[in-house]
Amino acid sequence: MSTPQPHPGAPDRTREQVADLHFMDARYKLLDLAAFLDRLDRAAGGEDHRVRGLRAALPLLLEKDEGRVARILTLWSDPSVEPIAKADTKAASGVWPGLK
Amino acid sequence: MRYIEPHGHMVSRTTDDYQAMALAGCAAICEPAFWAGFDRKSADGFYDYFCQLTQHEPKRAAKYGLPHYSWLCINPKESEDMALAADVLALIPEFLKAPTVLGIGEIGLNKNTRNEMKVLEQHIALAVQYDQMILVHTPHLEDKRKGTRLIMDCLKANGVVKPERVIIDHVEEHTIHEVLDQGFWAGITLYPESKATPVRAIDMIESVSAQRVWLNSACDWGHSDPLSVPKAAQEMRRRGHSAAAIDRLVYGNPVKFLSQSPRFKDPAAQA
Repeated sequence: MSTPQPHPGAPDRTREQVADLHFMDARYKLLDLAAFLDRLDRAAGGEDHRVRGLRAALPLLLEKDEGRVARILTLWSDPSVEPIAKADTKAASGVWPGLK
Repeated sequence: MRYIEPHGHMVSRTTDDYQAMALAGCAAICEPAFWAGFDRKSADGFYDYFCQLTQHEPKRAAKYGLPHYSWLCINPKESEDMALAADVLALIPEFLKAPTVLGIGEIGLNKNTRNEMKVLEQHIALAVQYDQMILVHTPHLEDKRKGTRLIMDCLKANGVVKPERVIIDHVEEHTIHEVLDQGFWAGITLYPESKATPVRAIDMIESVSAQRVWLNSACDWGHSDPLSVPKAAQEMRRRGHSAAAIDRLVYGNPVKFLSQSPRFKDPAAQA
């Protein structure tokens, strides 16, 4: 487990206190994710790019260093740097379709 | 508790929401121009919308004791039509004379297209010409990181824009540091699903110097919560943040940024 890095402005708190506040919230979200993956297994057809992106992000949860949210969001981001010629939709899907 | 809602699309909300926000401690609301959920076919639609933002909505908010301010633009989702964008941009100077208009916004990018970039540049030039502050919308989801960087490059390329007079909204964990490092203000938008939840927002607040950050609900016609700012304040409270730290984030910071416009009046100073 990584060494806690206190941030400016953040009150001191123990990991037990954090768990007291947020464990149940994280618990139900993890179970919801597991149920979603089970639901996908029961459905027909191939895997779309959004679910592929979600599966690709799962190992990042187990990394030891802080910054998991930023790393997941970056993984799902369009890595290109130039404006595109024209959009074929107004909407974003949540995961860059080119992610392998 | 007192707070400012610095980004709420109140034309999409009911009067019950005004009532709930007032009861929760809201002291003022700012409303940037945005996409209506469908593409308007002509500049006439925008003319009516700008009248709604600058004339009708302040009266509706006043019934609940809430000062209402607005920002004007054509949003990036309608910027692909360059002719329409030019017509709408031509309307804006007339409405900048309204006493509750704070600046140009929410401008920015949606899908990071070349036309969106051109209209963004035109909005920035308009803001510079009329000495207006800027409120920036950054793209959604997988387009946000690239779009945020393109927008900041565009703002810096202008050469005249002062970063401290620009708020870049909808930042998340992968963009907030770059925005603050380049001298801009950063807005964290609290949405139930996309953008940031109140819990994640306070995690971000605890990981940066929050002197140039505000929280907003961006409540609109979609899945959103007009009380998300006080809910984030409650999250701070239960984590042990002081009342002064909470007040600084949800009231002091937006007042500090918005007061760069002489039209914005600190509600506490009016009491």
